[in-house]
Amino acid sequence: MNFETTIGLEVHVELKTHSKIFSPSAVEFGDDPNANTNVIDWGYPGVLPTTNKGVVADGIIAALALHATVEQHTHFDRKNYFYPDNPKAYQITQADRPIGHDGWIEIDVDGVKKKVGIEEMHIEEDAGKNTHEKDYSYVDLNRQGTALIEIVSKPDIASPAEAYAYLEALRQRIQFTGISDVKMEEGSMRVDVNISVRPIGQKKFGTKAELKNLNSFNYVRRGLEYEEQRQQKVLMSGGSVRQETRRFDETTGETILMRVKEGADDYRYFPEPDLPALNISDDWIQELDANMPEMPGKRRDRYVNELGLTDYDAMVLTQTKEMSDFFDATVALKADPKIASNYLQGDVNAYLNDNQVDLSATKLTPEHLAGMINLISDGTISTKMAKKVFKALTDGEEPKAYVEAHGLVQLSDPAKLQPIIDDVLAANPQSIEDFNNGKQRAVGYLVGQIMKQTHGQANPTVVNQLLIASLKG
Amino acid sequence: MADRITREQVQHVAGLAKLEFTDTQLDAFTPQLDDIIGLFETLSEVDTEGVEATTNVSDQLNVMREDVAEDWGQSAALLDNAPDAERGYIKVPAIIDESEDD
Repeated sequence: MNFETTIGLEVHVELKTHSKIFSPSAVEFGDDPNANTNVIDWGYPGVLPTTNKGVVADGIIAALALHATVEQHTHFDRKNYFYPDNPKAYQITQADRPIGHDGWIEIDVDGVKKKVGIEEMHIEEDAGKNTHEKDYSYVDLNRQGTALIEIVSKPDIASPAEAYAYLEALRQRIQFTGISDVKMEEGSMRVDVNISVRPIGQKKFGTKAELKNLNSFNYVRRGLEYEEQRQQKVLMSGGSVRQETRRFDETTGETILMRVKEGADDYRYFPEPDLPALNISDDWIQELDANMPEMPGKRRDRYVNELGLTDYDAMVLTQTKEMSDFFDATVALKADPKIASNYLQGDVNAYLNDNQVDLSATKLTPEHLAGMINLISDGTISTKMAKKVFKALTDGEEPKAYVEAHGLVQLSDPAKLQPIIDDVLAANPQSIEDFNNGKQRAVGYLVGQIMKQTHGQANPTVVNQLLIASLKG
Repeated sequence: MADRITREQVQHVAGLAKLEFTDTQLDAFTPQLDDIIGLFETLSEVDTEGVEATTNVSDQLNVMREDVAEDWGQSAALLDNAPDAERGYIKVPAIIDESEDD
């Protein structure tokens, strides 16, 4: 029996607003528990929430970035459930008229491009955080009321690899809009997945299982791969898949049954009476659209077609908006695009990884990097010298001043190099004889001697030219 | 006689509200709720053909505040008011049911 797989993804993205979605409490991480809370966040009787305009704007931006239709007549709904991290006993979300619907993004799996549909996206409030101990649970409401966007895919995803590619493309597009950090390791991007399999040809979708505890894109892929196999085995042995929630075990790579779902959840949604409806104007949408940063796909096209980079280079440079903006700014300062790309992918990325920092937290600037690259391009310094200069850039030094202060200027003047070459040749008659006998190795030895004489400052290209001319002359 | 709502439905709704009813209470509440639904059914006699669904009775629209953080200085008082607190956290009985975590 052959099967086809259907995967749906629900992604929660935490917005980088200053204040919460319905209360003006600060959105700050790492503060004392419950420090950023007020009577609205605690759900006191009689309090009145007010919609944060910045959150609505972010919702529109997300819809535009995901090619979705902005719902101009939108409102909030109540979703009712009891849990101690949710003091009102309901979550304010959107059910009936989500802010965006019918979008799509393009994914790329091993060079094969495909559009994945997005059913809808809605803005809502996050819950607080519980810490469970033996006899008690401890509740911190700082996160309560933080703004989220939930993005629901259409069931267009047909393999774990496509799910991975979808998450990567989604993360990038959202990251480029600047509305969220979209970092799974920090909880600003959270992923719920459901997956079902059915024999090829069967019209009806198979019964789906929901997977939890997927804390990285890799775990999503591995969890789905395991689950795909498990469900196929169940069906092939004549059994049936139950609707259940399963937990991914990071150590074994298996999914473990958490609970069997019986019947649909009963959240009793109804329109939120405390918040007036929203009418989003064309002008507002156009204004936000006009200020949208260029998306990663367009940047990749530009890097390949206009700047002559490879697809791979373009892909690496557009992992984050910061990196891509840095590259654009460096190239705008007349730095060679290929050299700039190599430095960002090589030395800069290595520096970021070694120090576990983001680009914005370093002392590196496009001005300084472009300055250094231009010194390489005009032959002032060698790439070897640039290693030292780059280290200085990470300390915030200006490349030209640093090069001058440390005498790192490359010796390229033939008038100055020729006497040194003549001296070296005079001291090594054996090498000249070897060269005349066709031993190319002799050239390398002589270049080495010249570099030694000039303490590594000689321009290797110029030295090579002059040396060969001298040997042949 | 109760025919708009069943005893089972009353029990289900009570469960959602974390309430537990005895058999006697169910016997009493089921016809009462049935009457209430009957009362509301009067509303469905109104012809609403071509009328858009009302989601909010307020005539206000687009009430929004700018995204500016404010500290109302209430967190200490709110913690004092909590039934139990420890190290700045609200302390609650251990939660075993993990049916909802997002």
